Amino acid sequence: MLALVSPALLVILLLIVLPVGWLAWQSIYHDGFTLEHYRRILSEDIYWRSFALTFEISLLVTVLALVLGYPVAYAANAVPKAWSFVILALVVLPFWTSVLVRAYAWLALLQRTGVINQFLRYIDVIGEPLALVHNTFGTVVATVHILLPFMVLPLYATMQKIPNDLMQAGASLGAGPALTFFRVFLPLSLPGVLAGSTMVFVLCLGFYITPELLGGGRTVMVSMLVSRNVELYNQFGAASAVAVVLLLSVLLIFFVVSRFISLDRVLGQK
Amino acid sequence: MRTISPARIALIVACALVLVYLILPVLIIVPISFSSARFLTFPPPSLSLRWYQQYFSNSAWMQATQVTLIVAAFTVAIATPLGVAAAYAISQSKLRVMRMIHMALLLPLVVPIIITAVGIFFVYARVGLVATLPGLVLANVMLGLPYVVISVLAGLQSFDPAQEMVARSLGMNRFRSFFAVTLPQIKSSVVAGAIFAFISAMDETIIALFISGGQYQPLTKRMFTALRDEIDPTIAAISTLMTAASFMLVLLASARQKRAA
Repeated sequence: MLALVSPALLVILLLIVLPVGWLAWQSIYHDGFTLEHYRRILSEDIYWRSFALTFEISLLVTVLALVLGYPVAYAANAVPKAWSFVILALVVLPFWTSVLVRAYAWLALLQRTGVINQFLRYIDVIGEPLALVHNTFGTVVATVHILLPFMVLPLYATMQKIPNDLMQAGASLGAGPALTFFRVFLPLSLPGVLAGSTMVFVLCLGFYITPELLGGGRTVMVSMLVSRNVELYNQFGAASAVAVVLLLSVLLIFFVVSRFISLDRVLGQK
Repeated sequence: MRTISPARIALIVACALVLVYLILPVLIIVPISFSSARFLTFPPPSLSLRWYQQYFSNSAWMQATQVTLIVAAFTVAIATPLGVAAAYAISQSKLRVMRMIHMALLLPLVVPIIITAVGIFFVYARVGLVATLPGLVLANVMLGLPYVVISVLAGLQSFDPAQEMVARSLGMNRFRSFFAVTLPQIKSSVVAGAIFAFISAMDETIIALFISGGQYQPLTKRMFTALRDEIDPTIAAISTLMTAASFMLVLLASARQKRAA
């Protein structure tokens, strides 16, 4: 049996374990052991700001995805089967379009001469076009759009397993719909909230294409620090150190979350 | 049904608005791609196929499309057997180390792709795989493996391994009994996994940005560069075609999976 997994395992070892290990090594070794690259991350303002901004954006995106995703998952769970199929299909549909395609779509919608600005000027709501893109706003709108399915699907999976009897029991004991929701349904859906939020937050931490195309160079997320250090400045040590810190943050989050819920759930396997 | 409460109406409205937010951007590309205007105007002044013509007559776009299709085809051809073998071993073996191997095979889904990309770039630079076709294929095989493994494992869950035992007790060896008994029954999840690996390879951008170059640049890399420079409606045409292609593939894959279930 080990012989059967080994080709796949070899690919994983050579193309993800080795490269990431190499990065880690490179971040501490440069003509001898050094912590210089990490010292720079800690001391230089641009690194701090970028990490802070990335965590802020990821948090904002996660909260927005939860606020937008929860009602959709709830509705998909509450309506008859045929309707819930339609809702879920609409949620998954954009999931299978290229991230690049969606970046293009948001540029077309949000730019100065874009659909939304043209429409708002046409109906005379604004005189000057609004700056909706090439800034943090555009990045967040497009990122939430891409990550929303990762929130809705685990939420829906969790809600589906909440037995209807419990709600009826709540109602029969005299609680109104609002009370049963807040005291029974909401707490039981929390594992789904945690699973979805973890996935969205972690994916957002490593986002690259969307902030690069919609951020207009002003929203420098950590992934862009990595690529700029490699492409523009040839600072491989610095890039590696930033990558290692990012990876450790991600693994730490997965580790903490795995204390509360099964990781299979976060990865959408169960 | 009971009378519709205000809370219920609010829920329906909220849900509908979110769904519009999800779907509208994907749909807006289609009319833009058929627009005759050089610059983005909405609604389009008149319809035309000029952006599709632009795409099909441009040799750089055509070459990139070719690279993408070749890479995706090779990716599927390699990742599918590797993934099926791994999933089969994971489901059959009781070795404790198998659980760790299973987790390792899912690593590409967990490690932020920008980190993988930079790491692969460093390794490839050492062994001379940067800007080559095999380099691109290998990276995509790695990314596609988890999809095959997950899909096939799901298929194997509903398969009774006793059937294979019967075949073996009747004199088939392990290898033959797998192809004669097991594979036909999990075929749908294998095909679904292969389709997801294909879509993932068609879509991969970030690794390609770092390791591809010269004549071996996939479509996504050229699109990314074009999007950074200007918003050319040719990209709307390409996007429409890509979206249509992946929707058809997803429909195919989910029809397959439903039959497997």
